[in-house]
Amino acid sequence: MSLLTLKNLTKSFGGLMAVNDVSFDVEEGSIIGLIGPNGAGKTTVFNLITGNHRPDRGEIIFNGIHITGMLTHRIVSLGIGRTFQTIRLFQNLTALENVLAGRHARMKSGATGAMLRTPGQKREERDALASALRELSFVGLQEQANQLARNLSYGNQRLLEIARALATEPRLVILDEPASGMNEQETTLLIDLIRMIRDRKITILLIEHDMSLVMRACERIVVLEYGSKIAEGPPSAIKEDPKVIEAYLGTGD
Amino acid sequence: MNKKLYIYGAISVLLAVAPFFLNAYWVDVLNMIGIYAILALSLNLIVGHAGLFNLGHAAFYAVGAYTAAILNTKFGIPILWLLPASALAAGLFALIIARPIIHLRGDYLCIATIGAGEIVRIALINDIFGITGGPNGIFGIARPVVFDFVIRRPHEFYYFIWLFVAVTIFFFRRLENSRFGRALNYLREDEVAAEGSGINTTHYKLGCFVLGAAWAGMAGDIFAAKMTIIAPESFNFWESVVMFAIVILGGSGSIPGVLLGSFLFVGLPEMFRDFADARMMIFGLAMIIMMIFRTQGILPPTPRTYPVEITEKARVHG
Amino acid sequence: MEDFFQQLTNGLTIGSIYALVALGYTMVYGVLKLINFAHGDLFTIGAYLGLTLLTSMGLSDRLGPFLGIIVLVLMVMGLLAILGALLDRAAYRPLRESPRLSAVVSALGASIFLQNTVMLIYGARSQAYPADIIPMTALDIFGLYIPVARILVLVVSFILMAALYLYIQKTRVGTAIRAAAIDQGAARLMGIDVNRVILYVFLIGPALGGVAGVMVGLLYGQIQFTMGWAFGLKAFTAAILGGIGNIPGAMVGGILLGIIEALGAQYISIAWKDAIAFGVLILILIVRPTGLLGERVADKI
Repeated sequence: MSLLTLKNLTKSFGGLMAVNDVSFDVEEGSIIGLIGPNGAGKTTVFNLITGNHRPDRGEIIFNGIHITGMLTHRIVSLGIGRTFQTIRLFQNLTALENVLAGRHARMKSGATGAMLRTPGQKREERDALASALRELSFVGLQEQANQLARNLSYGNQRLLEIARALATEPRLVILDEPASGMNEQETTLLIDLIRMIRDRKITILLIEHDMSLVMRACERIVVLEYGSKIAEGPPSAIKEDPKVIEAYLGTGD
Repeated sequence: MNKKLYIYGAISVLLAVAPFFLNAYWVDVLNMIGIYAILALSLNLIVGHAGLFNLGHAAFYAVGAYTAAILNTKFGIPILWLLPASALAAGLFALIIARPIIHLRGDYLCIATIGAGEIVRIALINDIFGITGGPNGIFGIARPVVFDFVIRRPHEFYYFIWLFVAVTIFFFRRLENSRFGRALNYLREDEVAAEGSGINTTHYKLGCFVLGAAWAGMAGDIFAAKMTIIAPESFNFWESVVMFAIVILGGSGSIPGVLLGSFLFVGLPEMFRDFADARMMIFGLAMIIMMIFRTQGILPPTPRTYPVEITEKARVHG
Repeated sequence: MEDFFQQLTNGLTIGSIYALVALGYTMVYGVLKLINFAHGDLFTIGAYLGLTLLTSMGLSDRLGPFLGIIVLVLMVMGLLAILGALLDRAAYRPLRESPRLSAVVSALGASIFLQNTVMLIYGARSQAYPADIIPMTALDIFGLYIPVARILVLVVSFILMAALYLYIQKTRVGTAIRAAAIDQGAARLMGIDVNRVILYVFLIGPALGGVAGVMVGLLYGQIQFTMGWAFGLKAFTAAILGGIGNIPGAMVGGILLGIIEALGAQYISIAWKDAIAFGVLILILIVRPTGLLGERVADKI
């Protein structure tokens, strides 16, 4: 069944059509790749899904709920986690606290509970810490728990962003160029990690420039060019699609 | 870690016995340091933890002080009972003021809070609703009474004020190490990432404004009780600047830093009374120099660390 | 009705002074994205330097009132330009690579420093401008009696604004300033020396602000070391009103704010005059933070 549905999504920025009438479905439990030449509107599609931008037209339905135009934190608490194309960690906080940020949406206690340190608040803190550490270990960063995010290597920063997204207990996680800046070895490990995420019954939607990663990891691929969808299908079919070949060769990407 | 504990213990003991060795004048200086410490700690939630530039904090201080003064002089309600009323009035006022401007970016928010602070001061001078007493303010505010004991002399106020400082530190330390406190830090570091991690950033921005203002409101109540007379000029823009400078220079987001800042900003000038006129000039210079050479302040916060032995457990589970 | 026109000319005069000060805020903000809090105090320093030069050199006695004032204005402009460049060198340039809010704190520090330096030098009491420089008479224009000082302020500020406008629109440096205000990175790629642009901005803005200080002295006859704070905040309001970073916007915003304030004082309440100005500030920030002539920019995520 379809977990996420985009219907006729359209968004323009001051006359520039960034996303033009894009529709596709994301099946529950699948790994979907969104590809296309630079400026094709991929990140804009992500920003529309996560509520960072509001579409001019069209609908986004997640898990049967209309999330079009909803505030980002609401969308996160409904079960969509994301990472950013340019790393957006809390640089002056520790790796563990970065992951704890993801736990926030699943916690309840407020200022009063914190000041009085109620039993419920204490238990919640303890549980949050444990599950944040679990997510850190999941991406292999347990040793770096108490290091400041800015002191991590580039590849590890990308992994930390993934851990933070996973800590929100998402049903769908959106990865924006997770392999960019990673070396070959790190990329291979990332593909394993992506499969491990899927094994946790979490659906994955990713943007990636590294074609070998997309072809190896994704089960289905959606191709955008100039804001419009030009192809959709399994990797084998996409590889052969003349429109896709033209889009990539034509722009020299 | 233990060394730190000893230092704090020694300072606490020193503060507890200080009034026995000081004359009324110096005890009063310590009282003012205490009031500024409460104010700066409350502003620290907004400026230090959430990174929201608020240069109108004196307005909340004023609302608290005037609430207490008006209710006390008009209806004879004991000033200590009015602490919650001052907190409520200042917090509510902050909610109304901050709601429409909270989405503004850094320096725009800063300028909006300056404007709001000035409007409050002008309103007080113009005797708004006929209850603020105009430029002369309100006088004849009653002394605080605890179980038939009237707090009157500086020595007595000293323990009252510093007890409140201690309570503030106690609560705010807990707040720092909680979901609420962390959420403020996330939005200071990166608002978009915070929202993208599931944090309702608007809610927390408003939350820290309301809580910080409520605390400043209680400081206003204490100030009114101590002075027994209040006037608009006690709450002008430069008061906001002093609170702000204490936070920034002491160490943004750091309780020890803010306390040290209060001593330096309020206490030092008293020691160099000959240069009293140059006080603000030196502070201005210090602000520039600090920003160039030590942006994080004198005593910056140390990163929160969490017990790592849980890591081992997590690894077994994971 | 006569009251209305009197207030209109009054507002126009104050507004043109706001506009001159606002230009300094808007140019610095345009290029550096920094609220130069110390700008209001440079305006104060302009007023005090003008007073010192007037009394110590006897300019108006030697050169006659009008030539004397022109020389005075030029001298104050020169001194304030140097001071502006020094301020940037000492308080802002070391912070170019720091977080923006560090520079804001430094600007606040600079403001406090300058204001209190003025107080230490000249004393905390307000000082009087010599009353005999400008004829105390009023001219009859269409039945309105307008004091000479007011006309002088209007003429000087309009000449300066027109000159600046031509400079910004027609010269290479002016084009560079406008380009850097729109997109500093792109301007740099186009071969514009942004550091030079910043220097020019810190020469021109304080020069204009200093003249505004002198004119306040001539108009009201009294100056105080704290006057830069309220005047500065209002001028900044004017800059926001017109659209911060936008030079014609600052001129329009200044004049508009002056008129709003004068009419507000007449028809609402003089005691609430300042509150009206700050109310406009908050309102414009809420309703249209980009100002009347500014354009909306989307944040990049």
